[in-house]
Amino acid sequence: MPNTSRHSDPSGVNDGPAAGAAAGTSHHGAVAVDPPLAAAAATDVVGLGRARAFAFVAPALLLIGVFLLFPALWTLYIGATDYERTGPKHVSPSFVGVGNYTDVLADPSFYNSLWLSLLFVGFSAVIGQNGLGFALAWSLRNVAGWVRRTVETLVLFAWILPGSVVAFLWIAMLDRDGGTVNALLGTPGLAWFVDYPMASLIIFNIWRGTAFSLMLYGAALSSVPPSQLETARLAGASGLQTLRDVVFPHIRGHALTNTLLITLWTFNDFTPFLLTAGGPGDDSEIVSVYVYNTAIRDGRLGYSGAISLLILVANVVLALLYLRMLRKRSVS
Amino acid sequence: MAGISARKLDKVYPGGVHAVDRLDLDIDDGEFFALLGPSGCGKTTLLRTIAGLEQATGGSVLIGGRDVTNVTPARRDVAMVFQDYALFPHMTVIDNISYPLRIKRQARVARHARATEIGVQLGLADLMDRRPAALSGGQQQRVALARAVACHPSLFLFDEPLSNLDARLRLEARTFLKRLQRELGVTTVFVTHDQAEALALADRIAVMEAGRIRQLGTPREVFGRPANTFVANFIGSTPMNLLDGVVRGSTVDVAGGSLPVPAGAEGLVTDGEKVIVGVRPEYVRLSRSGEGLAGEVSILEHLGTTTLVTVDCGDELVGATVPEEDEPEPGAAVRLAPVPGRLLLYRAEDGELIGA
Amino acid sequence: MTISDDDARRAAWRMAARIGFYALTCLIAVFFALPLLWLVTAPFDASPTYAVDVPEATLDNFAEINANPYAWGSMFNSIVLSIGTALFVVVGAALAAYALSRVRMPGRDALLYVLLLLSSVVTGTAAMVPLFLLVSEIGDSVHPALGIDSSFAVMLVMAGGLLPAGIFMLKDFVDTVPRSYEESARVFGASPLRILKDIVAPLIAPGLATIAVWTVVNVWGNFLVPFILLRDPGKQPAAVLMRTLYTESGQPNLALLSTFSLLYSLPVIAMYLYVSRKYGFRFHGGIKS
Repeated sequence: MPNTSRHSDPSGVNDGPAAGAAAGTSHHGAVAVDPPLAAAAATDVVGLGRARAFAFVAPALLLIGVFLLFPALWTLYIGATDYERTGPKHVSPSFVGVGNYTDVLADPSFYNSLWLSLLFVGFSAVIGQNGLGFALAWSLRNVAGWVRRTVETLVLFAWILPGSVVAFLWIAMLDRDGGTVNALLGTPGLAWFVDYPMASLIIFNIWRGTAFSLMLYGAALSSVPPSQLETARLAGASGLQTLRDVVFPHIRGHALTNTLLITLWTFNDFTPFLLTAGGPGDDSEIVSVYVYNTAIRDGRLGYSGAISLLILVANVVLALLYLRMLRKRSVS
Repeated sequence: MAGISARKLDKVYPGGVHAVDRLDLDIDDGEFFALLGPSGCGKTTLLRTIAGLEQATGGSVLIGGRDVTNVTPARRDVAMVFQDYALFPHMTVIDNISYPLRIKRQARVARHARATEIGVQLGLADLMDRRPAALSGGQQQRVALARAVACHPSLFLFDEPLSNLDARLRLEARTFLKRLQRELGVTTVFVTHDQAEALALADRIAVMEAGRIRQLGTPREVFGRPANTFVANFIGSTPMNLLDGVVRGSTVDVAGGSLPVPAGAEGLVTDGEKVIVGVRPEYVRLSRSGEGLAGEVSILEHLGTTTLVTVDCGDELVGATVPEEDEPEPGAAVRLAPVPGRLLLYRAEDGELIGA
Repeated sequence: MTISDDDARRAAWRMAARIGFYALTCLIAVFFALPLLWLVTAPFDASPTYAVDVPEATLDNFAEINANPYAWGSMFNSIVLSIGTALFVVVGAALAAYALSRVRMPGRDALLYVLLLLSSVVTGTAAMVPLFLLVSEIGDSVHPALGIDSSFAVMLVMAGGLLPAGIFMLKDFVDTVPRSYEESARVFGASPLRILKDIVAPLIAPGLATIAVWTVVNVWGNFLVPFILLRDPGKQPAAVLMRTLYTESGQPNLALLSTFSLLYSLPVIAMYLYVSRKYGFRFHGGIKS
């Protein structure tokens, strides 16, 4: 849930959605077996029995059902009421149908947050993390071991540290008076989070999240057959030509997968709240912060439920696209 | 000790694959029995059904006269050695060997004593404290055997016991396995796709195809008198010559010449009937002149002490094995004659043996 | 122009490109390193400022942690939440992943697909409203020990969120364990539960450890869920306390904040180092096609 996918898996084995990739390509049956055996492999191996198997799955399903599936579905209902956090409408909310949705869709502050989220996702994830991640993976692939390891470790640390800590580190970096950035750029007194809140968040998020793209592209590039790269070199292709003609066709699927995932995570990221809390005013109130501010700060639960549902729908679209990508790749 | 019987045994997988097809089989007490066939023929499924790892969808399995069709593997009193040996990687050799005894709640001291005893017997004395990963393939195989022996079962089941060993080690392990079985005298069923292995080890062989037994017999019977062209094709390290022929009175027209109808088939064939003539290259005599099919030597393949000669006879290619000193020149005109009593006649329409 | 001239020019050009490349790499490395540098230096600085500088070495700042009434408590809360959640996730995911990997159950593939979808779709951002309401509601009508301000509720919520991905990772792991181990034990007469205990659990132990570490790190860094569900500062984990420390009125105590940040980050860094040494920090089964 929160941050689970965003602030991903330090084991590097894989992370929520990446686990899907693994599932898609998993290798059944390590031992060579007769064809009928492959069919048998799906039946009960230890004689657990179906009843016990269900009992095994039940606890996990119960937790997922109550704390993940139900809240998602409940959003539908909450969004159709005028539920509030306190007051009479907390005790007995009334059903307002699609009222909240029409309100949300007519609310300029919703469009403001949507626009800011698009900026945030577009510049920090799709362009920033994607681009920097690929550039680093490409340029580091033939570099001496220790340089590569150092850069990779630095990038990874930015990714694995707790959100509260990295947020604070950036508050320190960008501080108006004593911040390192102002000292380096010779711009004393510049209040980054006040004057350029979105730019600050975007730079921050590039710093924070490039690690995933770097690792994914690193893995993708190692899947390009060296013989093809060598053929291109023998043919006298320039670096850019090699990228276009040899490398890109191989990693197109990875690039799309990566873009979908980081889009999904960045869109749902809540860390910007720790940096600007949406301010000043609503200048950096991206959708995730907007939901928090309307729901928990202002207490307008019904109204924010409607926004939540819109987020869920966007997530479902992104996730379905991602799963289709996976399926395609495991087929081919 | 126990024999095994299968009565109209059926195994159909949920996907519709008919792995074992109404199969009847009797294996005697103390017998070393091979299930042989190409991959996908149902031999492994049959073995697993005997073990109880697969539930039969029809018919019954009896072990030592007791119907065990619906009995769990644990209560069938069998021990199985898997193709990958299934040695538990987190346990030492001694713990692996004594695991079955641990299940039977034997005390630690007793079961370790028993495991050591078996380990010594199987030449594992120095390896008892190692983990499986630190053992060679041959050692792993012997640990797996030791673990099976430790159970003291009335029945051993081996699934491709030698297939994970390299060629040289395989011969050694084969001899070892046979001696072990002779010493213990426990009924043993093993699955293999390697006909040479089955011929070398088994007292009797069941050759399987598509869930059915195509021939059941001693290695000598299966090799010398294959009951049908499938078995004829499958058994033997050099493929049997199977030539289309037509019966003409007491001879068969085949490969541009004619051969006498074998005594065992006389009266069972009619004039003009289409048949398949089968003879192993090892049972073909090659001469410069005299009786038999005329042909021209086309290819020589050296097999060590013998040479496989492929002879062009009319439209057919016929193989013959000759001792290395009798090797003909390529292009030489030769005559081929089957060793008396080794010529087999199969019906053309279903490939079943008519007589020899 | 002679050939050697041409060659020299090309070599010079290549040299310049190389220098440029390394300069750029350095610049990027500095971009990533600077904030981290502050995290390492400030806690040891006698008078920490927001700027990165060479510290006037001291360990006094660590005493600030003792002075703050909530600092150690929040760290303890983080530990409790992480370990508690990891327990739920490891046990739940292990049982489910095993059954899903080994027993053919109707609707299994659909279930796995839905799990995969859920794990990425239902994020904290999308679900914070219903989660807040759900937990409030449970606290009001079932038992207060499960409502707002309940650490137990936070564990359950986070376990629910992490379980789908956890089941997936672990199922992938179980799938690679040959079935012949279990079949072998079964033929020897071991009961299903016995096999799970003797054979399966030791074999998938590395997978369980991976899931546990993954859960701990996720919960350790999670801000949103405890921020919404825990109001009592005595129950809040370090992630939430961090924010309180730098947003509370007046000048933030940099000595305390920087030291706290470092201490709070250390477990994550330690686990990263452990995992990367043991397995290599790479995509293993993940994305490799």
